[in-house]
Amino acid sequence: MLTIGAAQIKLLEKLCNAVAVSGDEGEVRKIVLEEVKPLADEVKVDALGNVLATKRGAGRNRLRVMLDAHMDEVGFMLVADDGEGLYQFDTVGGIDSRHLVGKQVLVGKDHLPGVIGAKPIHLMEMDELTRKVSVDSMRIDLGPGGKAKVGERATFATKFQRVGPSILSKAIDDRIGVAILIELLKHAPANVDLCLSFSVQEEIGLRGAKVAAHFFDPDLAFAIDSTPAHDLPTHDGRENIFYNTQLGLGPAIYIADRSTLHDPRLVRFLQATAEAAGIPYQFRQPGGGGTDSGAIQRTRSGIPTVSVSVPHRYTHSPISIARVEDWKNTLNLIHAALGRITPSLVKSRT
Amino acid sequence: MTELLPFLKSLLSVSGLSAYEAPVARLIEAEWKPLTDEIHFSRLGSLHALKKGASTLRHSLRSQDNASLSRKTPRPSILIAAHMDGIGLIAKKVVDGFIYFAGVGGIDVRVLPGTPVLVHTASGDLPGVAAMPSLRLLPEGRGDGFLKTADLVVDTGLLPAQVSKRVRVGDVISFNTGPVEMSGESLSGHSIDNRASVAALTVALHELQSKSHSWDVWAAATTQEEVSLGGAATSAFQLKPSLAVAVDMTFGKGPGADGWESFPLGKGPTLGLGPNIHPFLHNRFKELAEKLEIPFAVEPMPRMSGTDAMALQIAAEGIPTMLLGIPARYMHTPVEMVALKDIQRAGRLLAEFIGALEADFIEKIVWE
Repeated sequence: MLTIGAAQIKLLEKLCNAVAVSGDEGEVRKIVLEEVKPLADEVKVDALGNVLATKRGAGRNRLRVMLDAHMDEVGFMLVADDGEGLYQFDTVGGIDSRHLVGKQVLVGKDHLPGVIGAKPIHLMEMDELTRKVSVDSMRIDLGPGGKAKVGERATFATKFQRVGPSILSKAIDDRIGVAILIELLKHAPANVDLCLSFSVQEEIGLRGAKVAAHFFDPDLAFAIDSTPAHDLPTHDGRENIFYNTQLGLGPAIYIADRSTLHDPRLVRFLQATAEAAGIPYQFRQPGGGGTDSGAIQRTRSGIPTVSVSVPHRYTHSPISIARVEDWKNTLNLIHAALGRITPSLVKSRT
Repeated sequence: MTELLPFLKSLLSVSGLSAYEAPVARLIEAEWKPLTDEIHFSRLGSLHALKKGASTLRHSLRSQDNASLSRKTPRPSILIAAHMDGIGLIAKKVVDGFIYFAGVGGIDVRVLPGTPVLVHTASGDLPGVAAMPSLRLLPEGRGDGFLKTADLVVDTGLLPAQVSKRVRVGDVISFNTGPVEMSGESLSGHSIDNRASVAALTVALHELQSKSHSWDVWAAATTQEEVSLGGAATSAFQLKPSLAVAVDMTFGKGPGADGWESFPLGKGPTLGLGPNIHPFLHNRFKELAEKLEIPFAVEPMPRMSGTDAMALQIAAEGIPTMLLGIPARYMHTPVEMVALKDIQRAGRLLAEFIGALEADFIEKIVWE
């Protein structure tokens, strides 16, 4: 079994604390390149900024297996300068505006501190308190006279924390996938050629993974991501049947989401692998949402694809929570699965 | 003197919810002790520090017709009150490891989702986040931004059994948004309301080390302002000052606050004017600020000021009261913002006012 120790935690901390909003992934790309260059046979950065790394196996009839994790995170772009250190901004990726008021942010490559303030409650009319604050009315405030440039990105300023069995951090989606890919490269099985795509622009429409899949032209693909766990109590104590996934139950295998019907052969293969290896797993409740699978599956003449996610609570918010145990089990499930791949896997009909 | 910035940052790095002010009170006590002659805590936890004046003229307690009594009464004294308590949350119930909570003080529930917090348990502090459950788990109609405090949870990331073992109903929960230095020599964080005023009062105490003053000065870091003004009301009763000045935050001009009740950051403190304020004191402060060329703004307060000044004014038989304001943006959010310059100016103005108090000033305060 592969383990999550101090080195793995430290790398994830570095990845999570980096600022890499969709379209501006440079900070994470730099960390990824440092990690994969010594390990991969070939590494390139493509036209969109994806980091594409290949690790060849040995022996005959090896399948080309693509592993994808996205480097980008949700955040903001400064869109207008109001003067006096105040900037209008727009959101990048699916952000619920209710997570924005009263938050600390980091702006630009120098991580300038800023805040998104709110009208004092003392000045509020009663009916205002029951309305959503519009992003249009919010400003990123760097302090009087603060200077940034229109076009710069910003994201939540919260820092990675390890607490008991959990990780509390921004951008667990999908730095945890990036960390898993790096770890798999360190323990690459020889029976396949590994094609690793550290993808850009997932949060705004799965754009990096599409061209990465075209480039690699793999036999099959796994998208490793992080998915919401809505495993909280219901307001009236009824059974929660909308949990999507639950923390602590292991990797979440996708069957269906808004963009993809995940390859049934690969779903069954992952399930069988988990059961054979004694690794806990759960099925993500079929429903909305989506991952890079949606783009990869329909690239070229079609690529059998499945998604596996580490569950986390509080998606696209300043602090998400994931379990180290789920991270470890996801890493091990994919590692075990890679080791069992034979050419017959995607030859049978679904 | 201790530098303002590191001292204020230390105050902003600890909790101190209303009635649970001890963590911040300890820091203030350590700072004030060497600056004052006597220090003690009130029955409701307010910190009182006395810096003795030089005057031998005693306060007549308005008994000008009784000279013998006036000789036995103490030296005239001025109380400068800045509340040290802050707003926050308090654990209400624990379900499956999720902590449901109520607010302490005036909190807009809309600033809470995604806010980092610390749960203060008997066995130490637990980091966590105030979190918004998925809409499908909430009552109907919560989709358009309408949330109630009761909808939200604090999640510590610990397992349910660990949470049950450590967290008790009634544990207080503070915002965990540490102070951040911003552009324009400003600072952002939680509880700037009203630790920035405590810092201003501290600046004044430092200035008074090298300034003679005839009056006794009571510096008070009061408790429970955000809930009941209970600290200021009882401190004023106990200390029976001849005059009182409350120092509190006022609305900083900026996003969400640009009307007449807001004041720009970095352009000086405000001088309250309204029924909670004695007009004679207001004018004295105004003339002094003009003379010293300390920038300020007059803050009209047509009704209640919403500060300790309300309680100070009506303590015992009534006390002539003044209010100094320091502008802060985004009041009662986890990211309040204040300009250091305004704190320094408020502190200097207080010290100058105290230094300029004539021994018989109290006799001069008259109506019309």
